[in-house]
Amino acid sequence: MCATCGCDANGTLTMHEPGHHHHHEHDHQHRQKIVEVEKDVLHENNLLAERNRGYFDAKNILAMNLVSSPGSGKTTLLEKTLTDLKGTIEMAVIEGDQQTTNDADRIHATGTKVVQINTGKGCHLDAHMVLHAVQGMKLKNDSVLFIENVGNLVCPAMFDLGEKERVVIISVTEGDDKPLKYPDMFHSSTLCIINKIDLLPYVPFDVEKVRANALQVNPQLKIIELSCTGGQGLTDWYQWLQSKVLQPETV
Amino acid sequence: MHELSIVMSIVAIAQQEVQKAQASIVDEIEMDIGCLSTIEMDAFEMAWKQGIKQTILQHAAKKINRLNGKATCSDCGNIFAIQQVYEACPNCGSHFIHITQGKELRVKSLLLS
Repeated sequence: MCATCGCDANGTLTMHEPGHHHHHEHDHQHRQKIVEVEKDVLHENNLLAERNRGYFDAKNILAMNLVSSPGSGKTTLLEKTLTDLKGTIEMAVIEGDQQTTNDADRIHATGTKVVQINTGKGCHLDAHMVLHAVQGMKLKNDSVLFIENVGNLVCPAMFDLGEKERVVIISVTEGDDKPLKYPDMFHSSTLCIINKIDLLPYVPFDVEKVRANALQVNPQLKIIELSCTGGQGLTDWYQWLQSKVLQPETV
Repeated sequence: MHELSIVMSIVAIAQQEVQKAQASIVDEIEMDIGCLSTIEMDAFEMAWKQGIKQTILQHAAKKINRLNGKATCSDCGNIFAIQQVYEACPNCGSHFIHITQGKELRVKSLLLS
């Protein structure tokens, strides 16, 4: 309905302001119409994410979205995992970075199928990018897909990629108040990995404090402490991972 | 700076609606942006200014409803206002809370002509 004179562009309702001459075959120059949109701004992304999710479900693929600040050790954790679990689980990787194929090259060196997405100026991956990356990958049934997001604790929190698990990684060289400073990421994650615990003797990082802060943001968050270089805690991570790998249903 | 991709999504939604209604321009856009959504308003305003250039939103008046955070405690059922997603229930101290308002990010209505 027109806010200026009250007419309806479709002609179902006409109202006129006092003094506004009324005639029935009028054709306004300024027809206005209010459209009640009520549409989520991320609607398009969420639709594509659900589409990805359906594809993963149908093929029994466990998709995981790895998020963290730059430098927390996401790629190193992947390299280690891909090497250690080789032969036990089928795995593939999507790498997200603004520029370069450096991370994809590191993953490729482990003998794993990998696709690099360069977001250019973009600060996060979205469901649309993952959709296209997946199209060319020919993922195997009953496999695990790691999606390493752009290193950024803010923006990727908003974008559902269609993953089953969201894993947030924090290293002990960061502040133990990070879950409170960047609550959205911790709020939307299912697992938190505290990485580089071999460095604990050298840094003022309080593990108990970060645990408490993370659980304050998300009481359901599972937390695993590990070190990719020292090897501590890696079995906990592998056990968690294996517990999440969906076994195909036997008929 | 995800705010720019958010603005571009808003432009895309407006474009779809304009086409559907066979209108030519957006005179006004009304949006709900919750205080707990991950939108930083300063960044949003900056992204808006750039993002709507030469689009059908270029001359649209912008109306934003900021919705305050609200939560229900999963343990004691208390309904309360929150400023941060990590706040505890003021009644029983539980962190098992369900956010019922404040995460909104939607285009509510458009005035087209």
